[in-house]
Amino acid sequence: MPLSECSLEMLQQMRVRSVDELFQDIPKEVRIDGLRLADGLSEIDLRRELESMMSVNRAASSMPSFLGAGIYNHFIPAAVRTIVSRSEFITSYTPYQPEISQGMLQSLFEYQSFMAELTAMDVVNSSMYDGSTALGEAVLMSHRISGGNRFLMSRAISPEKKVVARTYAKGADISLDEVAYDPLSGLVDLEDLRSRMNDSVTGFYFETPNFFGPIETRWDEIRRIVGQKTLVIGVNPLSLALLKPAGEMGADIVVGDAQVFGTPMNLGGPTIGLFGCKQEHVRKMPGRIIGMTSDLEGRTSYCMTLQTREQHIRRSKATSNICTNEALLAVAAAAHLAIIGRSGLIDIARRNVENMSSLSGRIASIKGFKAPHFKATHFNEFVVTSNRDPDRIHRELLKRGVHGGMRLGEAFPELKDSTLYCTTEMHSKHDHDQLVSALEAIT
Amino acid sequence: MRYHQAVHDVPLLFESCEKPTAGESFDPTLGGLLPGEVVRSRLDIPDLPERDVVKHFINLSQMNFGVDNGMYPLGSCTMKYNPKICDDVVSWPTVADIHPLQDPSTIQGALRLMHELEGMLCEIGGVDAVTLQPAAGAAGEFTGVHIVRAFHEANGETRKEIILPDTAHGTNPASAAMVGYDVLDLPSKDGCVDVEALKSSVSKDTAAFMLTNPNTLGLFEKNVKEIAGILHDAGALLYYDGANLNAIMGKTSPGKMDFDIVHFNLHKTFATPHGGGGPGAGPVGVKRRLDEFLPIPRIVEKGGVYSLDSNRSKSIGKVRAFFGNYAILVRAYAYIRMMGGKGLVSASENAVLNSNYLKERLKRDFELPYADLRKHEFVLSGAPLKKKGLRTLDFAKRLLDYGFHAPTIYFPLIVDEAIMIEPTESESKETLDRFVDACESILKEDPRLLHDAPVNTARRRLDEAKAAREMIFSWRAYKKKTDSASRPS
Repeated sequence: MPLSECSLEMLQQMRVRSVDELFQDIPKEVRIDGLRLADGLSEIDLRRELESMMSVNRAASSMPSFLGAGIYNHFIPAAVRTIVSRSEFITSYTPYQPEISQGMLQSLFEYQSFMAELTAMDVVNSSMYDGSTALGEAVLMSHRISGGNRFLMSRAISPEKKVVARTYAKGADISLDEVAYDPLSGLVDLEDLRSRMNDSVTGFYFETPNFFGPIETRWDEIRRIVGQKTLVIGVNPLSLALLKPAGEMGADIVVGDAQVFGTPMNLGGPTIGLFGCKQEHVRKMPGRIIGMTSDLEGRTSYCMTLQTREQHIRRSKATSNICTNEALLAVAAAAHLAIIGRSGLIDIARRNVENMSSLSGRIASIKGFKAPHFKATHFNEFVVTSNRDPDRIHRELLKRGVHGGMRLGEAFPELKDSTLYCTTEMHSKHDHDQLVSALEAIT
Repeated sequence: MRYHQAVHDVPLLFESCEKPTAGESFDPTLGGLLPGEVVRSRLDIPDLPERDVVKHFINLSQMNFGVDNGMYPLGSCTMKYNPKICDDVVSWPTVADIHPLQDPSTIQGALRLMHELEGMLCEIGGVDAVTLQPAAGAAGEFTGVHIVRAFHEANGETRKEIILPDTAHGTNPASAAMVGYDVLDLPSKDGCVDVEALKSSVSKDTAAFMLTNPNTLGLFEKNVKEIAGILHDAGALLYYDGANLNAIMGKTSPGKMDFDIVHFNLHKTFATPHGGGGPGAGPVGVKRRLDEFLPIPRIVEKGGVYSLDSNRSKSIGKVRAFFGNYAILVRAYAYIRMMGGKGLVSASENAVLNSNYLKERLKRDFELPYADLRKHEFVLSGAPLKKKGLRTLDFAKRLLDYGFHAPTIYFPLIVDEAIMIEPTESESKETLDRFVDACESILKEDPRLLHDAPVNTARRRLDEAKAAREMIFSWRAYKKKTDSASRPS
């Protein structure tokens, strides 16, 4: 491309003849001659092309979808977008210079405050990549807290999380062991947990509500069985509007995904890893933490703190390699919770429980279907079992403009006749009607 | 000096919970839908009018500095301008409101975009296959080092060590350690890899050498081919940290330099916004022989139809759920399409031009360790400031008062009082000149002004030791502390 007048002036001032001269330190043997990529598009052409490319995607608004399994379609007030669209937030870097970054720092502190209140944990960091990597990091942190080389995980968790946790565990030579779920309730099989506990165990992870939807009731007993080992609890933070928080269940570490607060589904990313722990473990925690302090004039201020845990200081001895996180989504979560407020949050959670209860009842009344499969209390997800082939149901629903739930057979062969459904406040009665009549039509 | 940041007194949202109406009792059982044993007894979060919440956050945003506010010459972070169309696209329902478990037939546009992005990154990186799954640069390193491990294990070898230059980013050693490797630091010679030292450090235990080129001093590692040869002869791999890719697009490529594994920082080179710390994306590219180790699923195209393949027995598994930070991938795709091949080359040219121009103008005022050209960034030493009882930190803080974000400071560790400057291609000559003027003006100022800086920002210097000592990380912790302080003993 021809150089601008300013560029020529700069070259002149530097007594350099051409831009090529600035690259003469790159040896010929490694040179390439430009890039074999198409020429650039104008904004209008780019928009046209992307609109056409993306128009073949079926968005949730154009097709009722009953998928959940870790990524959820929830209401996002317009004002959340107004707030997170602020250039000052979007185009800033990690707040290394706190004096000029108080906006981001206080917003992240507000996020930590919301999450600490919801989970009843002492410390919540300012985000991990997503729920699955938060679990991976929790496995490593458990090892730092309790030693041992075997980490126990409930079988009733997302297959995505299992695979990611395995990748994290491998580096620390920790083996992952599964704890069975009770086939009737879907909850942790306490006998199996008890039989697997021994000195080599690092900790135990279970979720409530778990992957199949059931809400755990016996946390006291689980805490007793886990004893001095690390207890990690996975939560859906939206459910905490109503449900007992992990902090009151004796969790050492709590993990989850805060995508439910203000972040669209985005084909699964970015989302925001929620990570909290007890105060006594904070120095073993991964990720950035924002703390309250004051400035020279005594004004309340915020800054990144306990950075000696982090990679830029501790290098190979750091608690984690994480640097870039999901800060902007933490601002979105804080803004989202502030806008809907306590009453809005409770109202949305209530609609989820009511919708689940109503839809599950309607599906149960269709001949050949059982819902919910597990006998337990549920939040917004539940397993449906049928004597009809789940793949066929899936195809038939798609034909009728409805996207069914996640078929469980591949990850859970024992549930080959089952599908995981999710319903949220975004579903209208009409959406439920559409699903139910489509299911009824499959014979 | 005309800059002044807004200063607002913005109480925490939770301070409104102190009002008597807050925390009213509610029936979390929803009239019996949920059993009493599983519900919580209280929930203390604020209930505010939307109007107040918007005011709260807009005022906070005014106390934050981004690329859109002014020059952000943060070395190693590539704070270039983020085109707004890229943010706009990801708000479309057809982009944002799709679920990762949807039937592939209903997300063909998204799969196609990702597949094409993989192809474009292959071309830019000179590699044969790319995964988009890692959520950030460090996650890319974590992925790449897992591929290193899987490669050696597939060869029946357990190599224990990863070698790094002493100028490496902190994430490099941290990522290597997370995958179970010992880290060996290699001292630099004249700011570059000491080839002789590398030769004597490489052994049968060496799994890989991680390097960025140009390196963190902004110097191009001219011996890169020889370095690659040393590693490959020993059966080890060469890893490219893509943090500095913005310097070389279309001039050379990691693949051409014989790197085996590469990570890209889409939030640096490909203009996706940094978001105050994230989200970013850290795709990883590999040469053909490492393809089989990439994370699952792979996106496969056949006759214009895109599907997912998870049936790959040698894959390292997954490093993040689903496909990665897709909304960031869409932004980067839009950026690359808008720039085109020639536009990307020109971006690198201008980034290097801007950096060398600033270096030439500023080297008289500071010390410039190591001669020669720089690429996209350069590192000055603030050591001359010491004569006036000042440090690099004081200079950096004073720059804030002039409306410039501070450069990266005290990194890399091998330069005393380091000031690492990366102007990027986005800044005009006029802005660069104003930056030089600001630097020169600061050096002439009364040292006390620098000690006291910043004064034109929303806050003055913070008591960071107090934050670490008091450990107040949330409103909940703050309440606990103030309640226990006010309770009579």
